[in-house]
Amino acid sequence: MLTLKQLQFHYPNSRPVLKSVNLSFKPGGIYGLFGKNGEGKSTLMKLVSGLLNPKMGLCSLKGRSTQSRSVATLRDLFLVPEDFELPGLPIQTYEKVHSSFYPNFSKETFYNLIEEFRLSPNQVISRLSFGQKKKVLIALGLAANTPLLLMDEPTNGLDIPSKSQLRRILASYVDDGKCIIIATHQVRDLHSLIDHVVILDNAQVIFDSPLSDVSEKLWFGKASKENEASALFSESTFGGKAIFPREDRDESEIDLELLFNAVLTEPTQINTLLNSINHG
Amino acid sequence: MDFDNSKPIYLQIVDFFYENILEKRWQEEERIPSVREVAMMVEVNPNTAIRAFNHLQDLEVIYNKRGIGYFVSQDGFSKVLEIKRREFMEQTLPDVFKKMSLMDIPFDELKNAYNQQKKK
Repeated sequence: MLTLKQLQFHYPNSRPVLKSVNLSFKPGGIYGLFGKNGEGKSTLMKLVSGLLNPKMGLCSLKGRSTQSRSVATLRDLFLVPEDFELPGLPIQTYEKVHSSFYPNFSKETFYNLIEEFRLSPNQVISRLSFGQKKKVLIALGLAANTPLLLMDEPTNGLDIPSKSQLRRILASYVDDGKCIIIATHQVRDLHSLIDHVVILDNAQVIFDSPLSDVSEKLWFGKASKENEASALFSESTFGGKAIFPREDRDESEIDLELLFNAVLTEPTQINTLLNSINHG
Repeated sequence: MDFDNSKPIYLQIVDFFYENILEKRWQEEERIPSVREVAMMVEVNPNTAIRAFNHLQDLEVIYNKRGIGYFVSQDGFSKVLEIKRREFMEQTLPDVFKKMSLMDIPFDELKNAYNQQKKK
């Protein structure tokens, strides 16, 4: 659905933010985009949505370059940015202005979400708190029903019950025709929803794998004296969490934070194992 | 739902199904929530929920009526009981025995504790 080919970008007079990024996103999945601060997650999202122009390379959605910002492309994607300015309009006016751009916009979904988020349609957006404004944007993004939904740090600013609401809403939202990309640091907030992980580091993609492959090839557990030597990565503390080749062990639950740290320190080892062909 | 960190989420969803069937909240031949409803209930990706449904279908605990939904099998309760009993005998008990020998607890003491618990 979405293809990034040798995408390159740098801001004026600064080091490259992305150098030769190749990625492909399929519908029916929730992609988690991870990386340390300033590693280009938000830049990538802006490039995908046509808000920035790549220095080289191509980003295409359903075969059309997003750089050209054609109507056909723009109505197929929605970006919930990390920070934003919203006008001093009542929520319902804001909805009326924006919904007309999206052919599959569902007013029902929008007002259900607004209600679920404990907002009311006649509240003026500029008077809302940051978290509440974010909820308005999230509601708009989900109601837009676009094939591609990009969310940059969606849980930032949300209170604890709202995070759980967001998980529930996202769980009901994915279907075979939609692709969701979520950039976040708050791995714990959404780990049960993500089914494909992309990690950016040093302006490059250093990891791109479905979690089904990860749980097939890797085993997450505690390090002990007996298994220490075979660990691919382990936390420094004694008896800390570690990653091992799975071999014939029972499937374990993936610890995304641990995976992230492991990929940053041992990218080649982890990737080689993941790309290895099963002997069984 | 709170997730335990060691067990894959789909198996934890399977446990959630077992609990509902054993406690008769979900009766035999009764329709159970859909994949999407379960995904929402436990706040997981529907793909993860599908794995749990497939697993339970393979074990014949639930079955699918095309176009209608998933149902608890006719002998779903006894199937679950058998699975959970085996799990107890093969996993929980050996663990208890291991701890008993580690702490040097004689079997009689366990027996007494069991009888006392039963009297309550």
